[in-house]
This record gives sequence, C-alpha cells and structure tokens, in this order.
Amino acid sequence: MLTHVLRLTARKSRELFRIRLSYRTQRYLFIYIVLGIPLLYFLSTRIVPILYAFNVSVRDWNLLSSDQPFVGFENFSLLFNDGIFRKSIVNTFKFVVIGVPGQLIVGLAVALLLQSIHRFRGFFRTIYFIPYVTSIIAVSWVFRWILMRNGWLNEVLLQLGLEPQLFLQSPHQALILITLTMIWQSIGFQMLVFMTGLEAIPRMYYEAASIDGAGAWRKFVHITLPLLNPVIVFSAVIGVIAYLQSFGQVLSMTNGGPLNSTTTMVLHIYNLAFLQFKMGRAAAATVVLFAIILLLTLLQLKVLKKNVEY
Amino acid sequence: MQNQKWLGTITTLLIIILVISGCGSSNNQKVDPKQSNTANESKAPEKSDSDKEVTIEYWQYEFPAKVELIDELIVEFQNLHPNIKVKQTNFPYDQYNQKVATLVPAGKGPDIINLYYGWLPKYVAAGYLQPLPENSFPTTEIENNYYPLVEAAKIDGSYYAIPTAVRTLALFYNKDLLNKAQIAEPPTTWEQLVETSIKLTETDAKGQFVIEGLAWEPGAQLHHWYRDGLLPQAGGQDLSEDRRKILWADTPAGLEAFQYLLDFAIKHKVGINGFYENDSNAFMNGYAALNIDGSFRLGSIKNDFANLNFGVAPLPSYKSKSTPSSFWANAIPNNVEGEKLKAAAEFLKFLTSKEVQEKWVDRIGELPAQKAVASQDKYVNDEKLGPFIAQLDYSRAHFFIDETQEKTLFVDATNEVLVNNVPVEKAFTDLVTKVQKLYDDYWAEVDKKS
Repeated sequence: MLTHVLRLTARKSRELFRIRLSYRTQRYLFIYIVLGIPLLYFLSTRIVPILYAFNVSVRDWNLLSSDQPFVGFENFSLLFNDGIFRKSIVNTFKFVVIGVPGQLIVGLAVALLLQSIHRFRGFFRTIYFIPYVTSIIAVSWVFRWILMRNGWLNEVLLQLGLEPQLFLQSPHQALILITLTMIWQSIGFQMLVFMTGLEAIPRMYYEAASIDGAGAWRKFVHITLPLLNPVIVFSAVIGVIAYLQSFGQVLSMTNGGPLNSTTTMVLHIYNLAFLQFKMGRAAAATVVLFAIILLLTLLQLKVLKKNVEY
Repeated sequence: MQNQKWLGTITTLLIIILVISGCGSSNNQKVDPKQSNTANESKAPEKSDSDKEVTIEYWQYEFPAKVELIDELIVEFQNLHPNIKVKQTNFPYDQYNQKVATLVPAGKGPDIINLYYGWLPKYVAAGYLQPLPENSFPTTEIENNYYPLVEAAKIDGSYYAIPTAVRTLALFYNKDLLNKAQIAEPPTTWEQLVETSIKLTETDAKGQFVIEGLAWEPGAQLHHWYRDGLLPQAGGQDLSEDRRKILWADTPAGLEAFQYLLDFAIKHKVGINGFYENDSNAFMNGYAALNIDGSFRLGSIKNDFANLNFGVAPLPSYKSKSTPSSFWANAIPNNVEGEKLKAAAEFLKFLTSKEVQEKWVDRIGELPAQKAVASQDKYVNDEKLGPFIAQLDYSRAHFFIDETQEKTLFVDATNEVLVNNVPVEKAFTDLVTKVQKLYDDYWAEVDKKS
C-alpha cells in the first residue's frame, strides 16, 4: 500500500519536476524512509536526552530551582572529590567482573546441558526462563527474606552446626550476594542466546572431529567455543552494559548499604538527582558512566572480536 | 515449529506483564471525581457571589486514611467557600520527592504542598517555597499556640510551613511478654530500660534471638531517639543557635548517649538490626518485647495486628526528659500569587483549625499540633494517645539538612562498630565530622545564593 502511494507520489513529482527516478532508486528511497522513522524516534528519545544531559552536567542545576547557572566542570571536580562516587565506580566494576563471567559460564553450562537432553527440554527451558520475566522487586524481596538475619539460609547453617552469616548486612558479602541474584535472574536469557548459537553450529564438524578421535573436551574447546565466539562477544557486550547499570536489585535489597559497599554508579546517580535534587552533579556522573560504557564496549569489540575463526 | 510456539507464549507473557505494569502506574495521580460534582452543587445556589472562581491544587503523599479525610475536608471547605475549588493529587510515599521534583519544573506545581519537615530546608534552599503569609499566620500566634517543636519549620526567621498534626516517639511494650517475665511496670529510666530489656530477652540454645528485649534498628527510629532523646537527656546539645555547627562532641554527653545506644546491641545484646527485617515488624509479630516507635504506628497496629496486647509509655529518661517528634506540614510554593495565594491561605487556615485537628486525631491517629487542642482531657487520658501527648511539652524536632543522608551517616557509624569492629569513640568522632561536613556544604550553598 505504502509502496503504491510512494510510487504514485514519485510519478507525480516526476511529472511535476521532470525528475527521473529509476525503479531501483524508488526502492531504496522507500527502504530508507521506512528505516528513518524508527531512527527519528530513537533520536528524539535517546540521542537528544543524552546531549541534553551533557548540557545539564555543566550547570548548577537544582531540580526545584528555576535558576541554572553555567559552572563549567565544577560538577565533575566535585564528583571526583566525592568518596561515595569513587566507591560506587569500584563497586560497579566488581559487579561487572563477577557478574559477566558468572552469567556467561552458568548460561553456557545450562545451554550445553539442555542441548544434550531431549525429554523435558521445553519444561526445563521454561523453568529457567521464568526468573528472567519475574519482577526484579519481587525476586529481590524473596532473596531478602531468604538471607534475613534469622532467615531460612541462616537456619540451615545453624542446623548444620555452622556459624550464622550476616549476608546482606555484611559489607563483604552483600555485593557478591546481589551479583549472584542478578546472575540467577539472567540465566534464562543467557541460556536462550547460547542455545540459539549452539543450534547454528553445523553437526558435521563434530562428526568429523569424532572420526579423528577427539574427545568431548577437545570438541568443546576447538569447535564449540570458537564457533560460538560471535555469540559470546554479543553476550559479553550486553552483559557488561547491563552490569554497569546495576540498580534495581541493589535498591531493593540493600539500598547501597551497608557502609556503601553495594552503592553502584546508577544508584548514586539516582540518589543525587532525586533524593538530593543535585541534577547537575547527577548528570555529570551520567556522562562519566556513558564514557565508561562507550570505552569498554569499543575495547571489548576490539579484543574479543580478534579470535573469531570461520 | 515447537520453538515458535514457545516463543509466542513468552511474547504473550511479556505483553501481559507490560500491560499489567502499565496499569499499575497509571493511577498515581488520582483525582477524586466526587469533588468536582460537589463543587458544582455548592456553586449553584451561591450565584450572587461576585468573586471569581479559583481552583487550587493540594498535593500530599498516598496514605489512604489521609487521602480519604482530605477528600471529605475538601467538600466541607468548598461548602464554606463556594468560590474556591480544591483538587487533591497524591503520589506514593517513596516516589514523592521524585514526582514533585520532576513535575514542578514542568510547570505542574501545586498551590499547597504537604512536606515532611525534614525536607523543608532543601526545598527552601532551592527557592521553591514562600514564607506563609504573615497576615494569615502571624509568627507570634504560631509560637503561642503551637508546640515548640513546630519551630523546625522556621527558617531565616519566617515560618515556611504549618502542620495539622505532629507525632512523638514513645516506648511500645508487649504486655504479654512483660507479664511472662513478671515485670509490672514499663521502664522509666535509662538504667531500668537496660535491666528490663535484659530480663525480657530470650535466646535459643545456639545463642540466637527468639525474642528481643529491645528492638534495635538504627535505620528506623534510633537516629531520632539519639538526636532528640538520648543526647539532650544526657545534657548534650544537637545544633548551635544558627544551625551551622553540630554540637554532639562538644560535651561528654554526646559520646555517652552514643555508647548507651550501641551497648544494647554490642554489650547487653538485647536486640539486633535485621531481626525479622526491622523493629516494627519484630514488635508487631510479638518477637520484640520493647520498641521505640512513633504514634503513627498506632494506626497500623490497629488495622493489621488488632490482637496485639500492647501498651505505650513515655520514653525512659536520664538527667532530663526529652522526646523526638516530627511532623508533616503544609507549605505554599513561591510561584503562587494573587487570588490563588489568598485561596491557598484560606484552605491552610481551615486545615489547621481546631475541628480539623480533632478529626485528624480520630481518623489518622496523629497528635494535634496546637496546645489547646491536644491538652483536652479526652486525649490526655487516652491509654494509647496519652503517653504520646504527655511528652509533647518537652519534645523536639531537630533541624535536618537532608533526612536521608543524615540517617545514612548514623546507620553507617553503627555499622562501623558492629561489623568492622571500629572503637565506639572513633566511629562517633567520624560521624560528627561527616555530619558537620554535610552542614558546611549546605550552608556554603545557601551563603553563595544570598
């Protein structure tokens, strides 16, 4: 329908302006217009706000005040003198370093296991996927109750004759526990990505390797891993971005505590902007986070892409 | 084929979840349709009124009992003032600041806003509020009629907000557990509180709490108990006259009170944070014998734990008496002017009237903010309300720069001692330094603007 209209318009304009558009040009024109609509939407909801954040980051911008003077890089220097912000950067990297490999390894393991069974595969797949579609808040609260001081897990430890643990109230354990919760919740998604990747590896490579006498481990290292590389790169990039933006679980499980041991950059940005109303400083922190994500993603694409073999 | 079916199911599930979550957030801004109806009815017979009709907007957080009562009060007010229409808007408590902060710059501000007193300095520093109109709310009248704790709303010599009701903290005790331990009276002094809570504590064979003697949750009310209860009771002071300097460490009282508070957890071991999630949970479910909590808890106990056999007593005292208090107050944003300002002041006067204050006690359970109303026999002699009201005369509501940050610093200090084994003295000195830094930053900003 749209092509028809376009063709008619094109014909009309040709008549009017005597421009000759070949069928090929018309086709491309159509494709670009269709592609352009989401781009426009993307520009207005993503790119413009990002640029706007740059503007906010160089102003003394209190959310409630109408006066927003330009202050240059003051917000950035204030940020780097802010101990909690520096700590939040370290914490965020901890989330990435534990979370991304954890998610990839567990996701791959589940995908490989599921690939080798035929009965109940759909059932297991669904079970593993359910946490991914469950609300973050609900999951966080369930884990809070499990990990409560006199909660279920400590009960088990006591029954086994072990010392009860502080869990979410310990500055040393809380971050790891939240990361584990996040990994658990993302297994479903990761599994699905890997299963699709595994399906795409031609069977004949394995058959050929078997004939040559390769065992399961060698097949995994020399066939599965290299051929899965594009999927791994994709997952790692998506994973790093997700863990750099850790927020929901932290907010509802510890709210950054104890002793700021779980405060992430996004949580700190949220606190600065909406609890302390310091929009300028929050925007400056956003710019820093943006730069980190951009840098890491470019780096990952460069490093991980290298070993892709076909 | 099977794959596609499965994907289809997931997609449908996702869409359903999206739709449900979409519905959930859409009723944030609730406007009662009843109001406009009644407004029209009341307008009809008063056609002769030459005044132009003004509509003002009232914002408060979502607390069902308060929302309901305000709806009724609006109807009543509109009957008295046919030319004024009031529209109520509510936001969930935990998103309140955020909603206000995002809607106001978009030009969708209220004409009267209900704020927690601890947020006032932040709002005033941002230039968002105007002082209450002096002709409707003369400073001398406020200071004569209201309890002194309301002074927390006085910034730079002017009152920026006025409450309908106030709250104090008191000692909640579980009567059944006290009977079981053969304790006849709730404790009234620091020493007695320690003894009683030790007696009431129950642990199992492995040393784990079964029942806490005194619930201990720094993130809940303990921060207030320290600043407006323990500290002044021990003879210390919270803030300098100009509100610029933290005085906790200026007398030995500060450390003494801090040590006393921490000893419940580290020395006497009668309670600990995170037991049944938090203090009020532990108390309401009967796993804590004593708890320090606010009058606002009476309502939730009445609704959800009607069978709890509990009593209320004034906070135990030391060298003198002092009790933390707090309040939500109504303020007028600085862009409200002309007819709207007049109408807003009128509505505010109505909200602070004796009748409304009495309704507020009955329906919400918060205490009247005016001495004359609160000191009536029917309240003073009430078994549950009485102890809260009795403490109003010596209650304090300390000035806040930033409620959340100050509380977090306090919780952090207790965690340093509890988890990191930092000596109490050091944790205390660090705490004072950090809070002082917060105040210095705030005042530097205020000074820069003026």
